[in-house]
Amino acid sequence: MQRSIKPAAALPTAGSRRPAALPRRLARGLKRRAAKNGTLLLMALPALLVLLMLNYLPMVGIVIAFKDYKAYQGIWGSAWVGLQNFHYLFSQDAWTITRNTLLMNSLFIVTTLVGALGVAVLLNEIRDTSKWGTKFYQSAIFFPFFMSWVIVATFAFAFLSADSGLLNNLLTSVGLPAQDWYASVNFWPAILVVVNLWKVVGFNSLIYLAGMVAINPEYYEAARVDGASKWAQIRTITIPLIAPLITVNVLLQIGRIFYADFGLFYQVPNNSPILYPATDVVDTYVFRSLIQIGDVGMAAAAGLYQAIVGFALVILANWFVRRIDPDRALF
Amino acid sequence: MSVAHRDLRSPGRRARNGAADRRARLMIHLVLSLVSLMVLLPVLLVVSSSFASESAIGHYGYSLLPRNLSLDAYRFLFESGAQIPQAYRVSLIVTFGGASLSLLVMSLIAYPLSRRDFALRRPLSFYVFFTMLFNGGLVPFYIMMTQYLHLGNTLWALILPYLVVPFYVLILRTFFAGIPFELIEAAKLDGAGEWRIFLRIVLPLSTPALATVGLFSILTYWNDWYQALLFISDQDKYPLQYLLYNINANIGAVSNNLTMGITPPTNTGRMAMAVLAIGPVAFVFVFVQRFFVRGLTLGSLK
Repeated sequence: MQRSIKPAAALPTAGSRRPAALPRRLARGLKRRAAKNGTLLLMALPALLVLLMLNYLPMVGIVIAFKDYKAYQGIWGSAWVGLQNFHYLFSQDAWTITRNTLLMNSLFIVTTLVGALGVAVLLNEIRDTSKWGTKFYQSAIFFPFFMSWVIVATFAFAFLSADSGLLNNLLTSVGLPAQDWYASVNFWPAILVVVNLWKVVGFNSLIYLAGMVAINPEYYEAARVDGASKWAQIRTITIPLIAPLITVNVLLQIGRIFYADFGLFYQVPNNSPILYPATDVVDTYVFRSLIQIGDVGMAAAAGLYQAIVGFALVILANWFVRRIDPDRALF
Repeated sequence: MSVAHRDLRSPGRRARNGAADRRARLMIHLVLSLVSLMVLLPVLLVVSSSFASESAIGHYGYSLLPRNLSLDAYRFLFESGAQIPQAYRVSLIVTFGGASLSLLVMSLIAYPLSRRDFALRRPLSFYVFFTMLFNGGLVPFYIMMTQYLHLGNTLWALILPYLVVPFYVLILRTFFAGIPFELIEAAKLDGAGEWRIFLRIVLPLSTPALATVGLFSILTYWNDWYQALLFISDQDKYPLQYLLYNINANIGAVSNNLTMGITPPTNTGRMAMAVLAIGPVAFVFVFVQRFFVRGLTLGSLK
């Protein structure tokens, strides 16, 4: 693509004063621009193609939601059934999966916010006096973020296994009855909240801590001179000053509230059917309908339902974010 | 007046404040130590269980300190056929192959998108970032991958889905855009083409962003089991995480290659397997944590 250089080098040669030179120069300029933009476009091409194949072309496949899809008939050969898939979906499972998705994600947002803010505030207080302490705590709490959900599920099993889990050992050692955790629906909202908090609290606290580090230390200095207690400083300086960060972060999470973390809901409860009333979310439902049950039309209908509601929520959340902090808005 | 006033009051108050501060800090250390301990507890539980003997687990259950130290679980995992070394190989190929390719492809698109003088900057930016907002869902994606691209049971099925992550493109684009445009102009005057500018100026100046995104990408590939769940049924192409999932989902999976009559150490085996899957990540984590922290601020800068 070095070609673009040659016309530039050839510019000051003879004849550039003749009247005809103007259109010629214009043509050259255009050619150079085309060459430059062409090169840049060529660079972007591989990524554009990947997105075309994996994101844009599949969007056409949304029609499957309105079809009785049979693999041997293909997408276009399968019969149209109108809204039948949606009719089935909303007469049966839509309510459960919508409730679980929204409820669990709301619980996650609240618990993560409280937990992460708490950790960040504490870290912020000892940041100046104990560098190594801060580093150690930060690393320890951040660590689970690096684990896959499969590994997290194994961790959970070591605690929750009915026969040999640590939790039942502890319960029986203090005289309480052992529980069959993987068969009792009622425990699962709480279990999922704890597991999720354990995994993401470190990551989120780092975001808030980064905001706190940026606060001008003179504010605290002034507050100390006025005799403000640590708690008063946190309440009147730290939290108000990172409030925009908190709002934006929470809004972005709300924008994603219709998408559940498939790994958490599939792996940690061992995909146990007994637990579906509490653990089945839109993402696990779509997966199961497609891969395990093979009801492709239904899976596509649930997927489209998620895509449309999810899209509306993201747009809405982004609109709010833009009003608070345009720099952090997605678009 | 206020100065004198403050001077009169401050020594006593400062001493009192100092003592109170020390007490507060002690409390904070205590709380944070407890939180850290609670976070690390499961890791300790799994590691110690993997070194316990199978009969001890059967008897006492999983415990924080191993009873009857034994390496049986590990010995079993490595002797029961070639499945674990093979899964390691698959994970390493996918992780490093995928992450390198991904970093290349993403920087190649992030650079034009960062150039203010690129005519297609706005439409192409929209094209990339719209995929963050809307997608056709799992079903059309699955059909595309298996029936049109025929990627079922290939390693490409594990690599391709994470090749272009719009959020990482965003991070890279933001960083590239921070490089002074005069540098690029000057290089052009010296006769450098777009490729040369990209390779010799933009990339070398962007190592922090490349490191951050590269590490995110490595982590994504190493920890992935989802694409394998969707697309891989051939056991020779199982990545490590997916093998662990299979062991968890079906305890018998470990004993597939085993001669009849020997009971596999299933309780300790899955713990040992988890430790093997964590191992490299934990090791890398120690070195790269600061890049992730920096990545967070990069992402929020935009």
